[in-house]
Amino acid sequence: MTEGTWPIGPKPPLRRFHQARWDEPVIFELSQPGARGVLPPAVEPEIREAVGDPVAALPRSVRRERPPALPELAQLHVVRHYARLSQENLGVDLNVDVGQGTCTMKYSPKVNDQLASDPKVADLHPLQDPSTTQGVLEVMWRLEQMLKAISGLDRVTLQPGAGSAAIYTNVSMIRAYHASRSEGARDQVITTIFSHPSNAACAKTAGYEVITLYPDADGYPDLGALRAAVSERTAALLITNPEDTGIFNPRIDDFVRVVHEAGGLCAYDQANANGILGITRAKEAGFDLCHFNLHKTFSTPHACGGPAAGACAVTEELAPFLPVPTVERDDDGRFFLDHERPMSIGKVRPWYGVVPNIVRAYAWITSLGAEGLREVAETAVLNNNYLMHKVLEIAGVSAPYAEGRRRIEQVRYSWEELSRETGVRSEDLGLRAADFGTHYWTSHHPWVVPEPMTLEPTESYSKADLDEYAAILAHVAEEARTDPELVRTAPHASTVHRADHEPLDDPERWAVTWRAYRRKAGLGG
Amino acid sequence: MSTQAEPPAAYPYIPNAVPEVREAMLREIGASSVDELYADVPEHLRLTQPLDLPPALRSEAELVRHVEGLLSRNASTREALSFLGAGCYQHHVPAVCDEVNSRSEFLTAYAGEPYEDHGRFQALFEYASMMGELLEMDVVNVPTYDGFQASATALRMACRITDRTSVLVTGSIGRDELSKIRDYLAPDVSVELVPFDPATGEMDLDALRGMVSDATAAVIVKSPTYLGVVETRVEEIAAIAHGVGALVVGSTDPSTLGVLGPPAAWGADIACGDIQPLGMHQHFGGGHAGFIATHDDPRFVMEFPSRLFGITSTRVEGEYGFGDVAYERTSFAVREEGKEWVGTAAALWGITAGVYLALMGPQGMVELGEGMMVRTRYAMDRLAAIPGVRLPFAGSHHVKEFVVDLTGTGRTVAEVNAELLERGIFGGKDLSTEFPELGQSALCCVTEVHTKGDLDRLADGLGEVLR
Amino acid sequence: MAGIGGRVGLKGSDGEEVVRRALELGAVPEAGDRTVRVLQRLRSAQAGFELLVAPGPMGEEAARAAGLEARVVGEVAGPGTTAEDTRRIATAMVERERVDLLLFAGGDGTAADVLAAVGSSAPVLGIPAGVKIHSAAFAVSPEAAGVLAGEVARGSRVRFAEAEVLDLDEDAYRRGEIAPRLVGYLRVPEEPRLVQPRKAPSPAAEAIATEAIAADVVEGMEPGRAYVLGPGTTVRAIAGRLGVPKTLVGVDVVRDGRLVVADASEDALLEVVSAGSAAVVVTPIGGQGFVFGRGNQQIGPRVLQVVGREHVIVIATPWKLASLGGLPLRVDTGDPEVDAELSGHVLVVTGYRDRAAYRIEV
Repeated sequence: MTEGTWPIGPKPPLRRFHQARWDEPVIFELSQPGARGVLPPAVEPEIREAVGDPVAALPRSVRRERPPALPELAQLHVVRHYARLSQENLGVDLNVDVGQGTCTMKYSPKVNDQLASDPKVADLHPLQDPSTTQGVLEVMWRLEQMLKAISGLDRVTLQPGAGSAAIYTNVSMIRAYHASRSEGARDQVITTIFSHPSNAACAKTAGYEVITLYPDADGYPDLGALRAAVSERTAALLITNPEDTGIFNPRIDDFVRVVHEAGGLCAYDQANANGILGITRAKEAGFDLCHFNLHKTFSTPHACGGPAAGACAVTEELAPFLPVPTVERDDDGRFFLDHERPMSIGKVRPWYGVVPNIVRAYAWITSLGAEGLREVAETAVLNNNYLMHKVLEIAGVSAPYAEGRRRIEQVRYSWEELSRETGVRSEDLGLRAADFGTHYWTSHHPWVVPEPMTLEPTESYSKADLDEYAAILAHVAEEARTDPELVRTAPHASTVHRADHEPLDDPERWAVTWRAYRRKAGLGG
Repeated sequence: MSTQAEPPAAYPYIPNAVPEVREAMLREIGASSVDELYADVPEHLRLTQPLDLPPALRSEAELVRHVEGLLSRNASTREALSFLGAGCYQHHVPAVCDEVNSRSEFLTAYAGEPYEDHGRFQALFEYASMMGELLEMDVVNVPTYDGFQASATALRMACRITDRTSVLVTGSIGRDELSKIRDYLAPDVSVELVPFDPATGEMDLDALRGMVSDATAAVIVKSPTYLGVVETRVEEIAAIAHGVGALVVGSTDPSTLGVLGPPAAWGADIACGDIQPLGMHQHFGGGHAGFIATHDDPRFVMEFPSRLFGITSTRVEGEYGFGDVAYERTSFAVREEGKEWVGTAAALWGITAGVYLALMGPQGMVELGEGMMVRTRYAMDRLAAIPGVRLPFAGSHHVKEFVVDLTGTGRTVAEVNAELLERGIFGGKDLSTEFPELGQSALCCVTEVHTKGDLDRLADGLGEVLR
Repeated sequence: MAGIGGRVGLKGSDGEEVVRRALELGAVPEAGDRTVRVLQRLRSAQAGFELLVAPGPMGEEAARAAGLEARVVGEVAGPGTTAEDTRRIATAMVERERVDLLLFAGGDGTAADVLAAVGSSAPVLGIPAGVKIHSAAFAVSPEAAGVLAGEVARGSRVRFAEAEVLDLDEDAYRRGEIAPRLVGYLRVPEEPRLVQPRKAPSPAAEAIATEAIAADVVEGMEPGRAYVLGPGTTVRAIAGRLGVPKTLVGVDVVRDGRLVVADASEDALLEVVSAGSAAVVVTPIGGQGFVFGRGNQQIGPRVLQVVGREHVIVIATPWKLASLGGLPLRVDTGDPEVDAELSGHVLVVTGYRDRAAYRIEV
């Protein structure tokens, strides 16, 4: 017993974490008939007198017969339920979130959240007369200028909803470009296996045949493979650099040149821009288009998977195809939306962009400036190489490819050796890490790197944070040797225990809604 | 220690930017400088100048002052009386909705497993479940970007399910949504518009009958339409489409589903729309999220590109676990062999809509819908009484939007709106370029936030302007 | 010694779901040691099962060393253990005792013997015994095998899938050539990351990709051109799509959607490809990524010379390529010139209108 000892004893090396576990029922189970959470305003009697009952006048075939079977809760119970569910997550604010590689889990400054929710922007309607929205239009225009500088390209659109939507926007512009030059026969897009799956998937959706390049023996994109892949059918190359392995392709401009010589365009997926801000740009490598994820590099919060925001930058040659409207500034310094763009691909989304995130990104870049962005990049890279140094001290893990070379902002590791030795898989290790208050992500599919783990520290975490994270991994790896079943059945101190994933692939049992579950489980009602 | 004259070396968002810490870390990894870490970036690709960005505002106070200064040049719908809609709606956003979606536990979570991120899975499952009740369908997706994407994907799903490559689109659809659909369905799916009856604003069924064929994958019908009209013959539309083996995509505004039957009730195979009205601010058009819903038929389920969260058991009895249903459909699992693509979209707006629906409950949704119908009818009657003003679809049913035709007044909508603006009123959307056949018409939106006083102010104001 | 050690089977205890397994020890000296490691991992799975073992060094000793109770099945005739012992006891385990999983330790030869004894539908798993293995029917490590056996013992729904079995061609071996033949398929647990080579995340994903590949290849088939279809499950899907039968371990030829030659020899192939336009469709066989030279030697260098590189169609699912872990695809036709022709980069068909640009080396 240590009560009464003074000073209080030291904390153990690994925190004795337990996540909030509320065993919370599904909200329908909290329903209390008659309870109300919030009341809409009642219609004034004078209006009713004047108008009568328009609902009764609706034809029966289109009138709702019964009120929807939503749960009924008093307001406090809604608040409490969601407060409990909110505790059952591990986001940036709660954990050393360096494990979500490629996601760039940096700190989202609270001041930017406040600015974005200011009624002066949150309660604007997109169709208001521009004289009443000069402020938000200016924020958008200024952010576009910043992204022009960061990419080196000529024009920007902030319309896409997030990264994959931005990739699709680029592909659509590429398609329109070739069509405008009567080169619609170009029906192939080239990408790499270490680029985000959306590069391949968006191109496929837009009608292209996809050629995926596999890396050479050192893990760099294979220029020989590219040469084998280009032809007169090449519409574009869609590529990330550095790739999800964290390896920068030093011959990226050669890649671009090969594709240009074949008559194709080059689009740069800059989801992995965090380590190269101010170091190198799309322009110098020769790219025609690029896109950024504002919720990765530019600090807007990840929000459980959106809302996010994507931005595309293009050369002047592609500017005519940008989605409509574009944000413009006239000679008197007044901002307006230009809808008169006959060659535009049209709309990729309603209105102009995810404005709350545009405000946040603008504020973030403004608070840092050019020097600050450089500091972001350099620190992200330093943090990553420092963490790699610590992680590679753990027996059983490796960083495949580019042996002995540094990485940019993330690393894809492999637990293959440990897995062979113990039968414990990478996913098991990640789930056991949850018992210490953190987690990690493995890799996109297919797993070219076996038993993968992808870590991306970003610039937001301290040396002590990185040391703690590495210590957790080391501990869990050791447990895989000494007590493999403990690891294989983890997590034990999390919100719930290991789930049975079989029903989720079985049409007889899968249930995406509570009503479906009740029906299939024979619970009736 | 730096003096006031030098900017501080420390960055609040970058703990390791402190020079001593940097040095220590570099030493530990055996690097002489950070530059060494960029060895793979060749010289000829390196920037030699700093980025051309405005000077940094390093203190929070300066930053706030600057941005608020910019935003102060906006006049929001809280300061003026707005009747703008056309796909982005001014509804009351309950405080609890803002509370939940600003909680940093939700705001800063992302893509963890359904263990350490169990809360987000459950919250999204509950959103889907509540939408399922609203829509009377068993399968609802984790939200996509917006209602336009939902329509476009629903149409592509229909093409895959039927293995056909042409779709018919309701002719009164907004031209922005049509633009998105055309772009998204290119190059392989053809898109044709079904005209609407100029007397009612509803779909022309004779035209529809003439246009469907065994090449038609789907007919997409909106109710209420973009122009605010309730489609009353939706059961017939469904019958016509099903008669040729085409699917019916029913696009709707969920805020109207307290009074209107959901698409499933009149025969839609796929329902879709935008949840912005359910607890999201207008955000200058940045508060959108799209839903797609179907019945629990594997042929349909397997065509969703989005994630679908399902409930399951765990090792502990009575515990709820969650996970991805049929993950192998998605581009996450099989890259370009997946259905379209999936990525970060609008999850927290989905959670917010769940909060909204839980707060409102069955009665709230009924009162919301009914209240809007009554107020809208009142507004329509008052405006119709103004000389020269005509309501082209007066005989049709409306819930929250209606078309006002000013052609007979000799004034343009643009002029009238400018004068209304001087009176602190945002008039309805100018439809004259989007639907030239409607002349100088505007699309007015009335929701539960409008009082009798507001509606009288609109009518009186318009009356004055037109005198 | 070419013989094989004992077998171990597992049987569920009373009242619980009956679960049976069998384990066979390989002839390689480390086999016994590795088997002990498997059984130790199995023991920690805390599941109810009965263990059946082959006598003495063929399994019984390993069970004892691992501290597990076991029932001995079968007898060994002489002092050493032989392939004949393997086959006899394997047959007994599967047919008489109806084990839920038959484990065997050894190499390609052992796998071939087990296949000859129990066929393609019995549930089996190989424990790698340290020799170079071409067959795909082995776990990546003894621990991995123990984990898989544990899953089966626990009654978890473990999926099984076909895995290629390659065996040395004795004649070629005597001539000094390594030329494993594809002898058939064994049914092994489909835990993707514990069995080599790693397959798809799930059968569903595998099926999606395989069907897509078949759709692509069939759509591209030209009228009047003969298509030589090599062995492998991915190629088999093409035959399935055309509705023609496919020789499991052999090479078939189709033209205009109909079977032209079944189980063709090299000479028969040469005759067909010389008679008109032709193409070859192959997929890597075995765990080493060989596109030619392991399991499909009938498609010899002379055949390839006539067909020409531009009409060689290589197909593989993305997971098959991923399982190579960055190593190149290989060719070993026996003719260095033809090998050189084929190497470089190839556009592998990985799906419908999907290609992967991959390195192919000698």
